[in-house]
Amino acid sequence: MYDSNLVEKHTIAVLVDNEPGVLARVIGLFSGRGYNIESLTVAETDPSCRRSRITIVTSGTPMIIEQIKAQLNRLVPVHKVSDLTVEGEYVDREMALIKVRGKGEHRVEALRIADIFRARVVDSTNESFVFEIVGKTGKLDAFIKLMQALGLVDVARTGVVAIGRGVDAL
Amino acid sequence: MAYEQMTGAKILIRALIDQGVTDVFGYPGGAILPVYDELHQQNQIRHILVRQEGGAVHGAEGYARSSGQVGVVIVTSGPGATNAVTGLADALMDSVPLVCFSGQVPTHLIGNDAFQECDTTGITRPVTKHNYLVKKTEDLARTIHEAFYVARSGRPGPVLVDLPKDVQLGTGAYMPPEDISHKTYRPVVKGKATDIERAVELMAGAKRPIFYCGGGVINSGPRASELLTRLVRMTGYPTTLTLMGLGAFPASDPQFLGMLGMHGTYEANMAMHDCDVMIAIGSRFDDRVTGRLDAFSPGSKKIHVDIDPSSINKNVMVDIGIVGDVANVLEDMIAAWERRKATPDRRALDDWWQQINAWRARKCLNFLQDPKVIKPQQAIRRLYELTRDRDEVFITTEVGQHQMWAAQHFGFDKPNRWMTSGGLGTMGYGLPSAMGVQLAHPGALVVDIAGEASIMMNIQEMSTIAQYQLPVKVFILNNEYMGMVRQWQELLHGSRYSQSYMASLPDFVKLADAFGGVGLRAERPDQLDDVIREMIETPRCVIADILVDKAENCFPMIPSGAAHNEMLMGPADKAEQPISENGMVLV
Ligand SMILES: Cc1cc2nc3c(=O)[nH]c(=O)nc-3n(C[C@H](O)[C@H](O)[C@H](O)COP(=O)(O)OP(=O)(O)OC[C@H]3O[C@@H](n4cnc5c(N)ncnc54)[C@H](O)[C@@H]3O)c2cc1C
Ligand SMILES: Cc1ncc(C[n+]2csc(CCOP(=O)(O)OP(=O)(O)O)c2C)c(N)n1
Ligand SMILES: [Mg+2]
Repeated sequence: MYDSNLVEKHTIAVLVDNEPGVLARVIGLFSGRGYNIESLTVAETDPSCRRSRITIVTSGTPMIIEQIKAQLNRLVPVHKVSDLTVEGEYVDREMALIKVRGKGEHRVEALRIADIFRARVVDSTNESFVFEIVGKTGKLDAFIKLMQALGLVDVARTGVVAIGRGVDAL
Repeated sequence: MAYEQMTGAKILIRALIDQGVTDVFGYPGGAILPVYDELHQQNQIRHILVRQEGGAVHGAEGYARSSGQVGVVIVTSGPGATNAVTGLADALMDSVPLVCFSGQVPTHLIGNDAFQECDTTGITRPVTKHNYLVKKTEDLARTIHEAFYVARSGRPGPVLVDLPKDVQLGTGAYMPPEDISHKTYRPVVKGKATDIERAVELMAGAKRPIFYCGGGVINSGPRASELLTRLVRMTGYPTTLTLMGLGAFPASDPQFLGMLGMHGTYEANMAMHDCDVMIAIGSRFDDRVTGRLDAFSPGSKKIHVDIDPSSINKNVMVDIGIVGDVANVLEDMIAAWERRKATPDRRALDDWWQQINAWRARKCLNFLQDPKVIKPQQAIRRLYELTRDRDEVFITTEVGQHQMWAAQHFGFDKPNRWMTSGGLGTMGYGLPSAMGVQLAHPGALVVDIAGEASIMMNIQEMSTIAQYQLPVKVFILNNEYMGMVRQWQELLHGSRYSQSYMASLPDFVKLADAFGGVGLRAERPDQLDDVIREMIETPRCVIADILVDKAENCFPMIPSGAAHNEMLMGPADKAEQPISENGMVLV
């Protein structure tokens, strides 16, 4: 079948009741049971019924991934757990704000690269830019790496949000 | 809306009554006084005043596990709540349905380090199935009914409701349980028909089958035990039970192989190792049961029935996982078995039983009697034999060797008669638990089989037992050691008995007297029966101090890191098989 010791990366979407402590329950589950969190995002997505959506990127062996999903499902305020990685195609995106400080040649080069990556300038001074970049995690990583040589001073990232392709809802 | 308005404290009492609660275990304090004031002004609910909040939670556990009801606990904020933590963790590990109400400082003071404030929901989040901080009296009735629903549904467990004082004093609407349904929590109770069909097909074709059943059968209610017994007898297959499952299938039945696992029988563990089809029902492949995982039942196909999907494929990958309630699934399995008129392979099954009987012939639970000292196994055997013709006998235990000897040598033919702390292994569980059992079953014989070390952990509850005139019996196997610790030190740490000798023990006979009970002592084998008889016949609380062999170890044993077919059968075995380095790190 599959190699049971191979570590896989999975993107999991969780619909929860946005009640006090629900995020602490999810995070406590991961820390208490020793699971990895590579990225976790959360926000209320349906204010009318106080429903939030949590997107978690995690990694583990197939058995651990199955446990993670079962354990998430066991939490009382959880409505639905969906493993986007195995349930067909999905789109995932991350956003970052990146501050680069520099003068002269470096500034020009930073702008040139930002253009290639379709990063937007959202703030600027005589010796700095803040870029906004949206894309897959790998694209953000690559952009940040290039900026290091050009005066990178600060990074803020949202973590991954993801949604399935096609007509169906979670 | 026609809902009646009342204070939060009144809502709590009303909700308890509507939930069918008749007894609560608790201890008052500043942050819960409004509730205690209401308790004082009614007579439908009896409040059992314990001596430490830990006793209240274990008391409620014994009450719940022996009766199938939800156990209820009331404590104050801060230290009251933190004292309850061990019991909540115990109930979570052993799937015991509880609802614990804790007082809290008023909402406007939360977060200010107010007097006796602690983050109770934060502290108890990992040791409860779910918990709530109620911020408005308006939400209280719904929350309480939800708490009871969550505690008893699916895989049962403890739920905590934190009650700020202003919520108890404020006014809100009371809603009855019928008007409330949970938004998200709907455990699956009916097994998938196709999986059940596949499972029965696999079972019918088995040549070396075994049923491996556990606490989930007990959780599912007495009918589950009846159905299990029926299915086992229909198939003719051997059956083993976990520590938590004892009583789910009659111990006196010839198809019962005894408990399995670390201190299970040779025949049960060998049969688990060599079987070709394993039918796990309401058991969770705990490490105390599986031994070394990569050598666990290597040649078998495995079926697992469990109400909690996270129990399936957690430690051991199975071939057919069925999510559902035991009684429900068993009913469908029996129907499927009858439908297909399944006839197991008689020849193969006869060979299998022959093999099992050869393992049985090793008589792994035998022990050497001594004319001068009481053997702990003998004490349990005599207790069993002298009480087995009584209808209602309930046994609780503390944690240690005595607990394992009780599991090995006391036979349970019915569910809910055996209360022990399995998952957390909490010393001090047995006495308060026995108190809870006795409250639920006033006429029954309730015995806490104890160790002299464990009993000291919640000995204060003797005072509660005296106050409510409960005829609980405490049967201490007094070896003057933390025997289980001493045994591991002997096997793993060169017999260096670091801090495992119990010096300065109290005189348990006088102690019983001091608490208003009766103290008895047996020092020699010829006194044992008389002490047991007197204990049973005394209609009051008794401590029977049974002085047993101090050096006796509990066998058979699968040493840490070993497999089912690598059991130590007795003291002579240990020299040959040093424990592996991998085994040393395990608990
Ligand atoms: C000193 C010591 C030594 C021990 N040695 C042993 C030993 O030798 N052998 C042994 O067996 N244990 C031993 N234990 C106990 C061990 O630690 C575990 O507590 C025990 O094995 C677990 O039992 P179980 O598998 O029946 O699961 P439980 O803890 O009883 O869990 C019940 C399972 O059933 C499921 N369930 C609950 N309700 C339902 C329902 N209605 N329908 C379907 N499924 C349901 C639950 O989800 C869970 O998976 C020892 C403990 C101590 C303290
Ligand atoms: C609260 C708690 N602390 C420590 C332990 C570890 N422990 C397990 S058994 C045991 C010794 C129990 O001694 P005793 O009650 O005399 O029982 P015996 O093994 O001698 O029968 C200890 C310390 C535990 N299980 N629970
Ligand atoms: Mg002892």
